[in-house]
Parts: sequence; structure tokens; C-alpha cells
Amino acid sequence: MSSLRVRKLKNRLMIGLCAASVALALVPLVSVFWLVIKEGAAGLSWTFFTALPAPVGELGGGVGNAILGSLFIVGLASALGIPLGVGAGLYLAERGGGWLGNAVRFTAEVLAGVPSIVLGMVAYALVVVPMGRFSALAGAVALAFLMIPGLARATEDLIRLVPHSLREASLALGVPQWRTSLRVVLRTAAGGLLTSCLLAISRAAGETAPLLFTSLNNQYWNARPDEPTASLTVQIFNDAVSPYDALHRQAWTAALVLLLLVALLNLTSRLLARGRLRGS
Amino acid sequence: MTESKTVASPLGDGRPAGVGNRGDRVWNATLLGFGGAILVLAGLIVVILLRSSQPLFAQVGFLQFLKGTAWNPVTDAFGALPFIYGTLVTSAVAIVLAVPVALGLALFSTQLAPRPLAPLITVPVELLAAIPSVVYGLWGLFVMVPFLRTHVEPLLQARFGFLPLFQGPPIGLGYLAGGVILAIMILPTVSAVATEVIKTVPVAQTEAALALGATRWEAIRLAVLPYSRKGILGAVLLGLGRALGETMAVTMVIGNSPSISASLFAPGYSLPSVIANEFSEATTATHVGALTALALILFGLTLLLNAAARLLMRATAGKTIKGT
Repeated sequence: MSSLRVRKLKNRLMIGLCAASVALALVPLVSVFWLVIKEGAAGLSWTFFTALPAPVGELGGGVGNAILGSLFIVGLASALGIPLGVGAGLYLAERGGGWLGNAVRFTAEVLAGVPSIVLGMVAYALVVVPMGRFSALAGAVALAFLMIPGLARATEDLIRLVPHSLREASLALGVPQWRTSLRVVLRTAAGGLLTSCLLAISRAAGETAPLLFTSLNNQYWNARPDEPTASLTVQIFNDAVSPYDALHRQAWTAALVLLLLVALLNLTSRLLARGRLRGS
Repeated sequence: MTESKTVASPLGDGRPAGVGNRGDRVWNATLLGFGGAILVLAGLIVVILLRSSQPLFAQVGFLQFLKGTAWNPVTDAFGALPFIYGTLVTSAVAIVLAVPVALGLALFSTQLAPRPLAPLITVPVELLAAIPSVVYGLWGLFVMVPFLRTHVEPLLQARFGFLPLFQGPPIGLGYLAGGVILAIMILPTVSAVATEVIKTVPVAQTEAALALGATRWEAIRLAVLPYSRKGILGAVLLGLGRALGETMAVTMVIGNSPSISASLFAPGYSLPSVIANEFSEATTATHVGALTALALILFGLTLLLNAAARLLMRATAGKTIKGT
């Protein structure tokens, strides 16, 4: 055993290192936010939200079509992914006791770790190849695949939090199981489900990789699910790797818009979660 | 009275519902369908990846593909090694950089900081996880890479230039840049899971160590770390799984050159990056097949890591821990 002085010194050193790692972790966070705001704010204007991208060499232009496209693709993805994800979670919570339930649970956990780009390739083979072209629908399918496993696990956890007494009361009154599940259990968990859904949506909104070869990109406005569609994230990527300064500036502003969108979804879900905790 | 009707379990604990109720039977089938959809999705991924990579494996054997170092779609030369190498090197750099910091974060927020202050540490780290990958890429390309080129890489070269890791011209774009950006991106995952694991250590155990005269650090080393070792390993594996599959940010800073270099300063390529760059423009069946085969390797790697991580964490905590 070393002397007390050495031990105390070592203690202080290690605590110092732990504190230093906290400071170190904050460096990239502050840097990313600060630069996105600083570089991006200059380009913010009304036309940035409403106009189409300007041809290279011309000033002005916006990413209106990409913002709309992102909302469109993510909306479609939510319409596909949320019912399936929540449904799978309901299955896990209500009927997931046996070996099949365990298999589904483990599969969902493992699927949550599959790289998004692999899911994009699956959507490509399922939608783009049969349709013969890139489309918003294909992008939405890829994002839906991304949302399902995480939502299933979150839903299961939330449903398991519903008190048994509520369920028993409903069943004792002669309400069939299916109505108890839908009208009592699901409704009790609705607040938490909304939070999980918003988090899943915000994750999907920030995805780029699976969209590169599913919804591709589009220079123009599009609101048809079977046409290639621009998205904010793919636009940022294309702008950033282009050699033009004007496009780099556009990328920073688009990143600011994306960050605001994601932050808004995150904050809303957090506030909802906090309000619920206080309410109960 | 031999009533053969099954009565619905009032606890809803997985027993079949009443046979007599048609609504319940439909509901059971619906739920089963939703659960089955997860298995179908997993099956689809495997079948599609295997089928789409067939055109390549009709020409090249699997081992030959793994060992191949040349990648040229024009001449139909497809080898996976530069991408596997790039993915492994960047992920290794990320783990080396991120794990100590993540552990420090987790220990500080659970063991050292006053309890009311803990959210001041965990919430910003969660914010780090919410930043989209492409925004990291943008920041990496225009802020981090120039910084690495002008400050970090020359410094490393001056001090440790005798190591093959730090030789060659410091151009910024390369394995090191990919590794650093990955480290930032997996930090929230590793620290969040490690925090959950460390929270499961019984307080009595720490208190016992302190009561015996241990310093704070000794209590951590003697009571906390051994108890949560498996779970922390699980956290690291989960982080590694994320690092392997991360696409956009790495694509934007790794340099995109299908080569193999010992130096971390050299430009390289990773499995997801080459898919992101080439898949939408791949025209020949072999090229598509080769890219899908790379995805298959990536899928296999992440599958193994995630399964291992989940099993490890189940073993420690006895209950599932919210990861990812």
C-alpha cells in the first residue's frame, strides 16, 4: 500500500481527469452549434425557405423544395413506420412472453443497430428496382425501416408502465381484451408514445445515407410519391462536397435550418415528457 | 360442467384470450402480425443482401473478394480490403479516443458530481447525439479537417513522426479525421450506456469501500468498475457498432481513396462511404453486386457486435438497458 499522500494525489489526478473529460466532450458540441449558427445565419432570408436552388454561378436561391421534400418524405415514413413500430411494441408488451416474443425482442434490438445505409439498400431493392426509378416513397420506406425497431422497444417499455389495476378494472367490467388494449392501455400510454414518436421522427429527419439512392434528389418542386425528391440532408451533403463557395454557404444555412427542425422536435418531446411526469 | 372455454387472463400476461370473442381473436392475430413484421424485416434484409450480391460472387469467390485490394468499377476489379481496413482503422481510432472520455463522463456524472448537477452534464451529451450526421460532416470538412491539417497533424508528426502511424504529408482528410469525427459521434452512445450500467452498482458497495478508508478514486476502481465491467464492455461494443455503420460524416472527411496506408494521415475509404458514393451511379450488375457484398460484410459485422453487446448487458443488468 502506497502512502496516504500518494493515494490522495492519485485520487485528485483521476478526479481531475474525469472533470477534464466533461470539458473535452463539450468542445465539439459548442463548436458545432456556434459555427452552424455563425456561418448559417448570414444566409437566412425569406427566399431561402421559398425559392428553388439557384443555378451555379447565380446569386440567391433557396432550398424550399428540399425543406418541403424532407417534410414529405419524413411524413410518409412516419405514416408507414409509426403504426408498425407501435404495433410491434404492443405485441411485445401484450403477447411477448413466449419464445416467439423473445425472438422478436432480440431481433428488434439487433435491427436497431443495423447501419442506415444497409436499410437504404433494402428499400432500393424493394421499391426502386420494381418501380424503375428513384422516388420519395423509396426514401420513406428506408426511413420507416429505421424507425420501426427503436419504436417497438420504446413502446414495449411504455406499455409495461401502465398499471395492471387499470387493465384489471377494464376487464372486470366485461370489456374484451382488444378494447382494453386499445381504449385503456394504449390511451394511458399515449403521452409517452407521442414523445417516442417525435424522437423517432427527429432521428429520421436527420438521416442522409439511406436517401442518397432511394429518394435521390430533385432540382424542382415535387409532391408526388413516385418521383425523385429533394431533401434537406442530401442537399447539405451535395452542397458541402461541391467545389463552389456559394453552395458551401448554402450548406451552412441549410444545416442551421435542419438543426432548428431537429431541436424543435427534440425539445417538444422533452417538454411533453416532463409535463407528463409532473402530471402523474 | 366441462366448459372448454378458455378464460381471458385478467393480467394480460400472454395467455390466449377468450375463444368465444371474435374481436379478441382478430386482435390476437393483428398483434402477432405486427410482431411477425419485425422478423420479416430481418429476413428481408438478409435475403435481399444475399440475392443482390450474387452477380459478384458468380465471378469472384468470397475469400478472394475479402482479400482483394484493387477497386476499379471500370475494369471490373473489386476487392473489399481497402474498405474493411478503413472501417476498422477509423473505428479503432474512434474507440481509443472516445472510450476514456465517455468513461470519465459517466463516472463524473454518477459518482463525483453533486446529484443536482448531473443533468448539466448528461443533457449536453444527449444533445451531441441529436446532431444529424451530415451536420457533423459539414463541420468536419470545413472546421475540423483544416484544424487537424494546420495544428494537430504537424504536432503529432513533430513529436511522434518516427512511428509509421504519423508519417506522410498532413493533408487533413484521412483516417485520422474519420476516426476523430466518429469518436465525437459515438461518445454519447458509449457514455449514456456506461452511465446506465454504473447506476446499477449498489450504493452499499461504494459506501463499504469508502468506509474502509478508500479514496473516491479507489472506491471507483475497487467497487464500481469491477462490478460494471461487462456492461461497460457492452457499451463499448455498441459504440463500435455505431462507428462501423456511420456513413455521412466519415464519407465527407476520410478522403475517399481506395488504398491502404499505415499512416493515419493518408486518405482512405470505408465500407459505408463507398456505398454512399457509388451505389446510385452503379450501372453494371457486378458493380451493384460488389457494393451489396460490402454491405453484407458491414451487416454481418454490426450484427455480431450488437448481439454480443446486448447479451453482455443482459448478463450484467439482469434487465434491458436503454441503449442507442
